[in-house]
Amino acid sequence: MQRYILSRLIQSLLILLGVLLIVFFMLQLTGDPVSLMVSRNASPEQVQRVREEMGFNRPMMVQFADFMTGAVVGDFGMSLRHRQPAMKLILERLPATVELATVALLMAMVIGIPLGLLGGSNPGGFWDTLCRLAGLIGQTIPNFWLALILIVFFSVGLGWFPTFGRETCTVFGIHLPTRSVILPAFALCLFTTGQLVRFTRAAVLEIKNEDYVRTAYSKGIGDRQIYTRHILRNAAIPLISIIGVQFGYLLSGSIYIETIFSWPGIGNLLAEAIGNRDFALVQAIAFFASLTVVILNLLTDIAYGLADPRIRYGD
Amino acid sequence: MPETSADATGLLVDETPDRTFRQSLVYVGRLFWRDKTGLVGLIMFLMVVFSAIFAPWIAPYDPLQQDLRAAKTPPAWTEKGSFDHPLGTDNLGRDILSRIIYGSRVSLTVGFFGVLIACSLGLTIGLISGYVGGRTDNIIMGGVNLILSLPYLVFVVFIAAILGRSLLIVILIFAFTDIPIFVRITRGEVLRIRESGFVEAALSIGAKRRRIIFRHILPNLIGPLITIATFEMSAMIFYEAGLGFLGLSVPPSVPSWGNMLAVGRKYLTIYPWIATIPGLAIVFTGLAMNLLGDWLRDVIDPRLRRVKK
Repeated sequence: MQRYILSRLIQSLLILLGVLLIVFFMLQLTGDPVSLMVSRNASPEQVQRVREEMGFNRPMMVQFADFMTGAVVGDFGMSLRHRQPAMKLILERLPATVELATVALLMAMVIGIPLGLLGGSNPGGFWDTLCRLAGLIGQTIPNFWLALILIVFFSVGLGWFPTFGRETCTVFGIHLPTRSVILPAFALCLFTTGQLVRFTRAAVLEIKNEDYVRTAYSKGIGDRQIYTRHILRNAAIPLISIIGVQFGYLLSGSIYIETIFSWPGIGNLLAEAIGNRDFALVQAIAFFASLTVVILNLLTDIAYGLADPRIRYGD
Repeated sequence: MPETSADATGLLVDETPDRTFRQSLVYVGRLFWRDKTGLVGLIMFLMVVFSAIFAPWIAPYDPLQQDLRAAKTPPAWTEKGSFDHPLGTDNLGRDILSRIIYGSRVSLTVGFFGVLIACSLGLTIGLISGYVGGRTDNIIMGGVNLILSLPYLVFVVFIAAILGRSLLIVILIFAFTDIPIFVRITRGEVLRIRESGFVEAALSIGAKRRRIIFRHILPNLIGPLITIATFEMSAMIFYEAGLGFLGLSVPPSVPSWGNMLAVGRKYLTIYPWIATIPGLAIVFTGLAMNLLGDWLRDVIDPRLRRVKK
């Protein structure tokens, strides 16, 4: 197990190194990163000043070395617009994004897993049709459009939820989500729900035909026990990896939803930073989002290895 | 179906090309007829293609023509709507139906060329990776895994913001970021096919590497790649609309579904149809391609064809 974790850890570090390379050289794609950041009618002197201030007048290798050493200690330079360290801005926005992603993931799990289970246990039946429908909806309805529809119906039409913004209530010093999270989380969870339904259904269908399930039936064990003890437990293994990957996607992929609902999270910060051409901040967000995904993938792999011995010894 | 199974080995095709082609067409038609959802998907998709090709003839108005007196007209089925503008007009009085019809051109162009480039490059790289193996394979797969573990949307937005707004750039962004998907599928299939009995048989009668690749591996790759291409095309149409929504896709003057959403969003609470109706076009196209893709997946893999009842 230790060897397995170690090899995954090294892989993750290599990926992060690759991410840093990509994030750094992306800005050089146009040849002159400074021209991206200043406004179009800036005077040559202003351009020069920004270039010196940001250190873009140094040789590229020096810039890269500087960028790397900064990144290792979590320093991505100053945001041009906010005049604050980029990392500090990100960490300020982190709680809102984590709240949104967690609620969305919980919603997806509560809807997706039971539905997939019901559909898989009775293929061709009513629940199965519903399953297919949920899978299809998850893939065909863009979440940004659903978000707009939800606002029109539930916020403007019925007035049940606020149209935008994040409100929290504080209980014993802990910020708890209020109903303002429901619409954005529902719009965000759509795709993940579809994925969970599809995978749970497929897993149940496959496991149902396994020899050990037949043996259990022949021993006279009831349906309920077979589902909880044998099927669900084995289906949980592939589900762990789906959930891990999806949580990473939810944490990084909420730029549309956060923008539409003016949710003060990282996705919103990214949209703002792009609007302001604040590329140091964009770089920092891109790295931070990748870091989140890589860490979640690593944790998922480890959980997977713990749950299924075949994986850790197969390597 | 003995004719089609002969296709797969590449033995009978040369002898009677006309007959096999016609018969396979009939065969595909029969497969469509048997599973009606695939047929529905195909018809929906052809409708979108039709409107993209014949946009100037079927659109009732010029999509750029502004008419401020008719601005913000609601769709025909509401009280204040009129049949002059069946789906209403936007904030500048441009006809929404015409803009949706023209918008399909942008979406389909991005989806089609994006997938075409991604698929051909991915196929080539995947073939090399799977067939050559060894260190080449390790390096290629390292790169593929790196790109696939990035948060896709964040990076697409990042690149789009740097490179600026043009159709070509949008196509290239999606094409290049989508290559890894095709590499991975191709490589996996190549590894699987290489171990199969018919390749072993071909090798044993002295077939050359080139013949194996072009006669035995490539024909077997077409099925899975077309299936993935359908899903990826639908995903690209989504992402293009999403970029447009953030103001990072084609220039704002071009009628595209994403740009229409971006405009409509500002008027969402007062004139909701400006944003919601173009979204329906995206859902329609996505549904078409997913139904078609699901059907292809079931039909192309004969094992699934038998299981599915």
